[in-house]
Amino acid sequence: MGYDAGNYDVIVVGAGHAGCEAGLAAARLGAKTLMLTINLDTIAFLPCNPSIGGPAKGVVVREIDALGGEIGKNVDKTYIQMRMLNTGKGPAVRALRAQADKVAYQREMKKTLENQENLTLVQGMVEELIVEDGICKGVVTKTGARYYGKAVVLTTGTFLRGEIIIGELKYSSGPNNQQPSINLSEHLEELGFELVRFKTGTPMRINSNSIDYSKTEIQPGDDGPIAFSYETVDFKTEQLPCWLTYTTSETHEIINRNLHRAPMFSGMIKGTGARYCPSIEDKVVRFSDKPRHQIFLEPEGKNTNEVYVQGLSTSMPEEVQHQMLRSVPGLENARLMRPGYAIEYDVVVPTQLWPTLETKKIENLYTAGQINGTSGYEEAAAQGLMAGINAVRKITGKEPLILKRSDAYIGVLIDDLVTKGTNEPYRLLTSRAEYRLLLRHDNADLRLTEIGYQVGLISEERYQKFLAKKEAIDAEIKRLRSIIIKPSKEVQEFLRSIGSSELKDGIRASDLLKRPEVSYEQLLQFVPRDTEMSPEAAEQVEIQIKYEGYIEKSLQQVERMLKMENKKIPEDIDYDAINGIATEARQKLKKVRPLSIAQASRISGVNPADISILLVYLEQGKIARISSGEE
Amino acid sequence: MEFDTIAAISTPMGEGAIGIVRLSGNEAIAIADKIYRGKKGKRLKDVASHTIHYGKIIDPETNETAEEVMVSVMKAPKTFTKEDVVEINCHGGLVSVNRVLQLVLKEGARLAEPGEFTKRAFLNGRIDLSQAEAVIDLIRAKTDKAMNVALGQMEGRLSKKIRKLRQELIETLAHIEVNIDYPEYDDVEEMTHKVLIEKARYVREEIKRILQTSQQGKILREGLSTAIIGRPNVGKSSLLNSLVQENKAIVTDIPGTTRDVIEEYVNVRGVPLRLLDTAGIRETEDIVERIGVERSRKVLEEADLILLVLNNAEELTPEDERLFEAVEGMDTIVIVNKTDLPQKIDMDKVKKLAKDRRVITTSLLNDEGIDELEEAISSLFFAGSLEGGDLTYVSNSRHIALLHQALQAVEDAIAAVETGVPVDIVQIDLTRSWELLGEIIGDSVHESLINQLFSQFCLGK
Repeated sequence: MGYDAGNYDVIVVGAGHAGCEAGLAAARLGAKTLMLTINLDTIAFLPCNPSIGGPAKGVVVREIDALGGEIGKNVDKTYIQMRMLNTGKGPAVRALRAQADKVAYQREMKKTLENQENLTLVQGMVEELIVEDGICKGVVTKTGARYYGKAVVLTTGTFLRGEIIIGELKYSSGPNNQQPSINLSEHLEELGFELVRFKTGTPMRINSNSIDYSKTEIQPGDDGPIAFSYETVDFKTEQLPCWLTYTTSETHEIINRNLHRAPMFSGMIKGTGARYCPSIEDKVVRFSDKPRHQIFLEPEGKNTNEVYVQGLSTSMPEEVQHQMLRSVPGLENARLMRPGYAIEYDVVVPTQLWPTLETKKIENLYTAGQINGTSGYEEAAAQGLMAGINAVRKITGKEPLILKRSDAYIGVLIDDLVTKGTNEPYRLLTSRAEYRLLLRHDNADLRLTEIGYQVGLISEERYQKFLAKKEAIDAEIKRLRSIIIKPSKEVQEFLRSIGSSELKDGIRASDLLKRPEVSYEQLLQFVPRDTEMSPEAAEQVEIQIKYEGYIEKSLQQVERMLKMENKKIPEDIDYDAINGIATEARQKLKKVRPLSIAQASRISGVNPADISILLVYLEQGKIARISSGEE
Repeated sequence: MEFDTIAAISTPMGEGAIGIVRLSGNEAIAIADKIYRGKKGKRLKDVASHTIHYGKIIDPETNETAEEVMVSVMKAPKTFTKEDVVEINCHGGLVSVNRVLQLVLKEGARLAEPGEFTKRAFLNGRIDLSQAEAVIDLIRAKTDKAMNVALGQMEGRLSKKIRKLRQELIETLAHIEVNIDYPEYDDVEEMTHKVLIEKARYVREEIKRILQTSQQGKILREGLSTAIIGRPNVGKSSLLNSLVQENKAIVTDIPGTTRDVIEEYVNVRGVPLRLLDTAGIRETEDIVERIGVERSRKVLEEADLILLVLNNAEELTPEDERLFEAVEGMDTIVIVNKTDLPQKIDMDKVKKLAKDRRVITTSLLNDEGIDELEEAISSLFFAGSLEGGDLTYVSNSRHIALLHQALQAVEDAIAAVETGVPVDIVQIDLTRSWELLGEIIGDSVHESLINQLFSQFCLGK
């Protein structure tokens, strides 16, 4: 049985947010690429909330864009609301968040895939990998098609042995009642991969016509031309609002009364759920003193009445879900369109991966997205992009692309996964980054466009534009550092008017800008610019000068860490041959197999003494090689 | 962190008249320059390599002169570690060397791990292959021991205080984080500058208090205050003389003390002892009689260590038993002296009264038992690790340096709030402070902030 169905460079299994980025990146880098998905109608499906971005995640979307990925552009074309969050705080933590039109989002992405050169899109369920001598050489589908490829990227999301749970009901299913992938999961186990079971969930959807919005508060989007992609020029003006309401004591009573039927508590759910994504029953139990919880009503699109009930994620029996809805102001007559559910699925323990997302066990096999234990569209897309890039680089004999923790949130995400692993669905948070001030959403292009260009995913035109912007920023900063502002009458008057202390002497324009109460725009009245500057570039000038001291401090930390990043550990190092390393550290090192001393130092259970010994050992090896004339 | 600038006392603890503080690393000269004042404003960064310079070490915070020193400057690569090396030669023994070490640590050097200079020498290619295994052994052996000592030391009040402080900090940090990562979450007020500065000031004051009162700090600065007590004629003054003779007492008049007692310092196997009210012992041999019960109680209260002396040649008296009662719950070593005379004391009863405290028999007349006593003192101080001597010292210095750095980070945070820097940036300094405090108690894992976030707040979709 079975037939040969063709040869490719890269085969991507799955067409969710990770799969789309992986497939597009590979094809755009010139690789003959095949994308296989169980159902072509669910490409880039948003199975949970209809929003993309937010703190940390929004920065990731911009990072993906700066590296030449698609998610930012796709959401810019299809959003129904856009907001800038944390505007009242410092620049490091501002972030964009969009409400996407779910259907439009999928259609748009599908169109992009279909029109992409080098990319073949096929419906089919992969059940097996073709592996020879520890190298992955292709895939086999349920219909018997054998596709050969030089590299394979698995982006199976929550489909691996997926099971949906609603109250006492449990059935085999992918998200939103799609076909789950059973055999592939078993096959991965046979190949020797360690899998664990995770759990996530989603709230119910209700019909907009049945909501009494007069009992809720409106949550409008921001006006103004804001977008994720640095290439977007066409901004959506017509936006839809979200609405805010709350649970009541009655809601909590209903939940408490039915707790014995909640799969979370009845023992029916075995998988590990995420703390940051709890169900409402979880919230009510853990924070029983909280009188009410927020519920955001988010429209799922322009051409549908479905509304996502954010805050009511639940796996309670359907009839209880009805009761819960009716106890919420504005939702008394709400008509349930889809019940909330929990889903359990298999995850590949991510410490089995190199930082390129290639598996250690099987060469040329990559995994990306929720299969690696993350949650969130953005985290998935980021991994897909990196896996796609690295797969192509591997088969074309190029150095891998590994982003450092100081380069991008994407670097933080992947390093955390492959170094520390995760015992719950992993979500990016700004607090996971040590260098948050450097990893801003406003400078993602400055951090990563160069890399995207070198990789080959950024066009020459865009690159030239980027260089011009960078040059303008640098020139303006230099100018402000060289101009002295004298304590003239106008200047003193202005400073008084904003409650700032007057000048005693001349001061460099850049130093005056460092005062928190002085803005760049205000400063310009005394030191007018003779060239045009985009608002984005102007923002950079302001941030880079204003927070120079803190940025400098962070950069020094990065500098110190860099020395350790640069101390490489050979992939084939034999940890058993090193005397003196503590047993726990040895086990961890053998499992994770870090590629640098810095990565090794981040493994929990590896202490500074072990790192010292490792350094000495590596040095010893170097000396040995020199004396035997190898180097 | 590897490859930063490290410092340590490179002469054996408590021995020799000159103590040397050695620095190695990129910042060695810059750090030394911060506390060095040469003639005519000479800076170490300008001097030729492999030269030695007279000057003063000052405390940059107060501008007070701490020590007169000779400083050798050796620039990379022709040094032991192949890095820039500075050696500060101090006179005046233990206390002054420690003070200089504290200052360089405060200015940004990190206290070297055991064997770290040697390790660097190796990593920088200074030592050949045959020595590598020895280096590994050294790292392993000494680090484990230092760890044990440090952990032993950390039990108790100081660690409890630091844990509490860290908890305060992490709650504040989690509060800031939740504002950032969940901007629409309604259950928490936005962290304001006003709240933040109150918290930061509280933490600052607490760290200052710890620095002033912590046993470790106090002992380092002032020595372990030790009281010798016992009935008349049991041998207190002989004990005093033995300790002093054996260990070359450093008689000091501490500025600012107006008490009528003379205090003597002796250094017992790396433990600095400050002997209390020695004048009283010298004069009358009977502290309780001379200064009265109240005064002696006070002396006892002040003491970190009590040496309770009994007479082997006499039966226990009610007075002896009262002394046992008076030292209830204090670190005490019981000394049964005069073993050169026939035993009349009931040793079983002594042991019963002593409970789990060490009982040592001596004949001070014949110089017997002094070694055992010194060993007992040192092991008590070093939390059971006999050879851990200088290592505990090391961990003490390390704690204090970290506390100073944590204090500095909080001061930075306060200054930032005062100039209106956004909360999420002020947070950088607060996090730093939290991490530094964590290093003291060996706990600096970032994940715990995320755990705090989710246990403190009810978040999610």
